[in-house]
Amino acid sequence: METLSAKRRFYDRGLRFLLYLCGAVTCALLLFLIVYVFYRGLGNISWEFLTTQKSYINKTDGILPNILNTLYIICFSMVIVLPLGVGAAIYLTEYASNRKLVAVIEFATETLTGIPSIIFGLVGMLFFAQLLGFGYGIMAGGLTLVVMILPTIVRTTQEALKTVPQSYREGALGLGAGKWRMVRTVVLPNAVDGIVTGCILAVGRIVGESAALLFTAGMGGVVSNFLDAMHTSSGTLSVALYVYVTEYANVDLALAIGAVLMIITLVINLAASLVGRRVKNKQ
Amino acid sequence: MQAILKTEHLDLWYGTNQALKDVSLDMPEHQVTALIGPSGCGKSTFLKTLDRMNDLVPGVRIEGKVLYRGRNIFDPDMDVTSLRRHVGMVFQKPNPFPMSIYDNIAYGPRTHGIRGKRELDEIVERSLRGAAIWDEVKDRLKKSALSLSGGQQQRICIARALAVEPDVLLMDEATSALDPISTSKIEDLIADLKKEYTIVIVTHNMQQATRVSDQCAFFLHGELVEAGETGQIFSVPKDKRTEDYITGRFG
Repeated sequence: METLSAKRRFYDRGLRFLLYLCGAVTCALLLFLIVYVFYRGLGNISWEFLTTQKSYINKTDGILPNILNTLYIICFSMVIVLPLGVGAAIYLTEYASNRKLVAVIEFATETLTGIPSIIFGLVGMLFFAQLLGFGYGIMAGGLTLVVMILPTIVRTTQEALKTVPQSYREGALGLGAGKWRMVRTVVLPNAVDGIVTGCILAVGRIVGESAALLFTAGMGGVVSNFLDAMHTSSGTLSVALYVYVTEYANVDLALAIGAVLMIITLVINLAASLVGRRVKNKQ
Repeated sequence: MQAILKTEHLDLWYGTNQALKDVSLDMPEHQVTALIGPSGCGKSTFLKTLDRMNDLVPGVRIEGKVLYRGRNIFDPDMDVTSLRRHVGMVFQKPNPFPMSIYDNIAYGPRTHGIRGKRELDEIVERSLRGAAIWDEVKDRLKKSALSLSGGQQQRICIARALAVEPDVLLMDEATSALDPISTSKIEDLIADLKKEYTIVIVTHNMQQATRVSDQCAFFLHGELVEAGETGQIFSVPKDKRTEDYITGRFG
């Protein structure tokens, strides 16, 4: 008895320590990354860096065009992908009656989420930029990203819809609500959290994407308005980061871009969860 | 007494499994009909067929007729939403929506196009009074319905069903998830409601069936074994299987 419980206690402690170690290492790695990028990057961020474009004549290093392009492509992609993806997810979980077909589509979307982004970039270049003649720009790049993140939005929305208790649906239908009214008033409001999570993931992928955009949106670094950017080569921040390292061999400015990227992501995530909470409280 | 709801030779299959076999039953107006029988005997399936909630189940096939005020509810031109407005349902587990008490009750009327604030206020109060819960919640109509106890939630669900002014109220083991005090409140309520509504309940509880129902229907393996006046079923059942069940020999 004595020895057994001593042994168990030993195991228990050992295991606890191991799990603690896993947690600590994970946190340390993330913290190191954030601190390192901010430490080396923040110092290089200046007002000029944020508000000008790179110019050999004025001798400026600026990322304003890239910040704008990033925002353009986020807006463009999300405006298309959100209704499309949420709509598809609603159809698949609430309306579709052919379970086998739904299973096949779900498997396909799951597989699509795992495909390397450069393949999307290649196909996007051939199809959107060349075959459809959009040229390099936010249009071709944004549409490529739409195809790329659509599966993510569909899957996360579907998961969110599936967590809404069946009894809510029965309750609504039992009161004589039609299917769409049931979806709009009872199902969607209770799935908002999951949909917001999907959006955050999607925006994260848009902001972080470089490979798929090199071929489609291009690397251009000139300030242009939203409509012009559609069909002129427009590099996002991630692409600019890549360019600064490979073309200008300027790691310090690349790290500064990294810091800006992290801040933008943080702000967007906070905004998204705020919107989610608002929508939830409203109903 | 006239049957407001009746079934004629109703058969129902889930895939290849026949869950209801040739069930013909009359449910007279302003009476409580209790459906009894062991688990899996088809009584809940039967109840759900009456307002076509079985439509939601994939692979379901139905033959025979369900007549509501003489009209077959499976007619192609039958509007399911308007049927469900007239035949309301209260479920086994209380399922209020995660909204305020007020919005829960107003959900049905709003669905059917009632928007006026004063009219909605009136319906909400009348329905909550009808479900004997007005006094308990009148000061917190804006609070979430999920903050109430299970018994209160179930009465909210009853009030929500009443708010669309149905003729028939179907209750699927509506007290099985509740404590004895809440159960007796709801039983009292049923006795009260039958003055204005026709009620069909599914219950596992024999005492409950004797307490609240006027008419009893005993189901076994998807068949309607016997139906009749409750007193008669429980004192002089015609069928041996009914007698075995109500005396607790199986089930």
